Amino acid sequence: MIAPLAAIVKRDLLLAVRAGGGAGVGLMFFLAVVVVVPFAVGPDIPLIARVGPAVLWLGAFLASLLGLDGLFSADHEDGSLDLLFLAPVPLELVAAAKGLAHWLATGLPLVVLAPLLGLLLGVEPRALGAVTLSLLVGTPALTFLGLVGAAIAVALPRSGLFVAVLTLPLAIPILIFGVGATSAAIAGEAAAAPFKFALSLTLFFLVLGPAAAAAALRHARD
Amino acid sequence: MRLNIEGLACRRGERVLFDGLSFAAEAGDAVVVTGPNGAGKTSLIRLIAGLTPPQAGAVVVDGAPLARESLHLIGHLDAVKGALTVKENLAFSRALLGGRIAGETALEALGLAALSELPARVLSAGQKRRLALARLLVAERPLWLLDEPTASLDADGQARLAAIVAAHRAKNGIVVAATHAALDFPGAREVRLGGAPA
Amino acid sequence: MPIRDLANPHRFLALARALVPAFAILAALLLGLGLVLGFRAPADYQQGETVRIMYVHVPAAWIALGTWVLMAASALGTLVWRHPLADVSAKAAAPIGAAFCLLCLVTGALWGRPMWGAYWVWDARLTSVLVLFLLYLGVLALWRAIDDPDRAARAAAVLTLVGLVNIPIIKFSVDWWSTLHQPASVFRLGGSTIHPALLTPLLVMALGFAALFLALYLAAMRNEILRRRVRTAHILAAARAER
Repeated sequence: MIAPLAAIVKRDLLLAVRAGGGAGVGLMFFLAVVVVVPFAVGPDIPLIARVGPAVLWLGAFLASLLGLDGLFSADHEDGSLDLLFLAPVPLELVAAAKGLAHWLATGLPLVVLAPLLGLLLGVEPRALGAVTLSLLVGTPALTFLGLVGAAIAVALPRSGLFVAVLTLPLAIPILIFGVGATSAAIAGEAAAAPFKFALSLTLFFLVLGPAAAAAALRHARD
Repeated sequence: MRLNIEGLACRRGERVLFDGLSFAAEAGDAVVVTGPNGAGKTSLIRLIAGLTPPQAGAVVVDGAPLARESLHLIGHLDAVKGALTVKENLAFSRALLGGRIAGETALEALGLAALSELPARVLSAGQKRRLALARLLVAERPLWLLDEPTASLDADGQARLAAIVAAHRAKNGIVVAATHAALDFPGAREVRLGGAPA
Repeated sequence: MPIRDLANPHRFLALARALVPAFAILAALLLGLGLVLGFRAPADYQQGETVRIMYVHVPAAWIALGTWVLMAASALGTLVWRHPLADVSAKAAAPIGAAFCLLCLVTGALWGRPMWGAYWVWDARLTSVLVLFLLYLGVLALWRAIDDPDRAARAAAVLTLVGLVNIPIIKFSVDWWSTLHQPASVFRLGGSTIHPALLTPLLVMALGFAALFLALYLAAMRNEILRRRVRTAHILAAARAER
């Protein structure tokens, strides 16, 4: 059963890298958000440094949500989704495999880029570590929750915004606890509790996401 | 192997496409499903494959429901990824389906061996169709479900399809194909939709 | 065995024709009584007259939450039994629930200003109710975006069930996190903590709101059934013209 799932992850990663769209654009959007915020806030450097972690989370959050479009739609459009339905593995695991590939291609680069962009915002080193770690824990939750929105909207004409809008309400707690864990770590308070909350959210969505996405895909057929 | 279609019913939106459809196929048989546009040929193929649940009736193989590990489905669309090479596309299908036969053999049989390193997006429609059909050869499955298999195929492609279908039937496989065009499947049974009741 | 026809909701339409006016009248009576009782009830010693907003805000919240649960039950009907009345129920309930949710948020803000000094705070209760409102909007958007009513119903059903996780969060948010919002005082394991002088108008208003919801909901279901009949008639007319 591993071989088919590994094949799915490998194929999706290859497509993400070659199709020259998904991964790179997400990173550029992240950069754009981070660059634009100081202009909006004004030349108040201490303030920018203080909101820096939140801005990084906001940028990663939006980039993740907007990148969900096409997770299943691309396969639906060219008939590959039927092939995945007929594979000798449960559809839930197929969805999880696609989620993993999507996070590796779009979420993980955001986590890697975050500390560098944090320097742009003048965020101090300890805060940078906290943000990066919370993003590492939180971005998988965003991707796996996003599986559900992408699956529900699979047959709809491609609108990156629509899937993002569907997914956003339930993604808000991920943002809240991700930033909460970061702030606690920065303030030197006990960051363990919010971090554990963020981690448990991720584990929750790692299970709920593929299960609900598989159900949605099954019900989207005629 | 004996395939039994028993009293299948299909509804699309508010329209009833067919009702009480029954036929059987033995090992080595070919069934050709014909009918006008919108008659439900594709829906029937998808129903048999188990992609959609039937309104009524059952698809039974040797007394048990048809398992997805026993069938190949080549649908309307090719399921070919333009950004991957021909070889990579086929390797993916092979790994996904747990196939044991080398991709090169399949490409040879469909006349695609020379194109194996090319990205699939540069292929013509007929070549992409052949690549889709090559999937049939990388994993051994007893039941083949084909939806418009000859779409975009030239004479050579059609001949190759006929050859692989004949070989499959000789090994006691079953083929059910929905089509507009004439298919070269000797001794095939016809099931006609959208006209007189089956 | 011939295919069964689409479940014919004749009986439901007959029922609705009788119940909608009945619930409407009941709602008018109860809301009227509730408002009278509400204004005659004592004012709060701290908040003064503004506490009376509670008589609209709290029942609206209960209806908003209850509607999502009703939609979730309908969603199960759609996904598990494929019952067409379940589709209709979910589609009819959604906009009404959204409206009550918005009413709850707005009256809450109007109440918050004199009570806390702010129209809005980002505490757990308010945030989770806002999330509920966003989920309502998502479901409404989904209904409009998908043409085929069966598919739309199934997609909305999945989203509704996934969003159900928000309901216990809303209910228990005031217990789990320290919030500005008042903790549970009516539906709690130990009995309610509100004085009967305030509880009675509250319950009367709640019943009135429930009657109002039912009147609107049944009317909306009836409209949706009729709308689907028109759609089917159009489709059949087009199909006949083709032959």
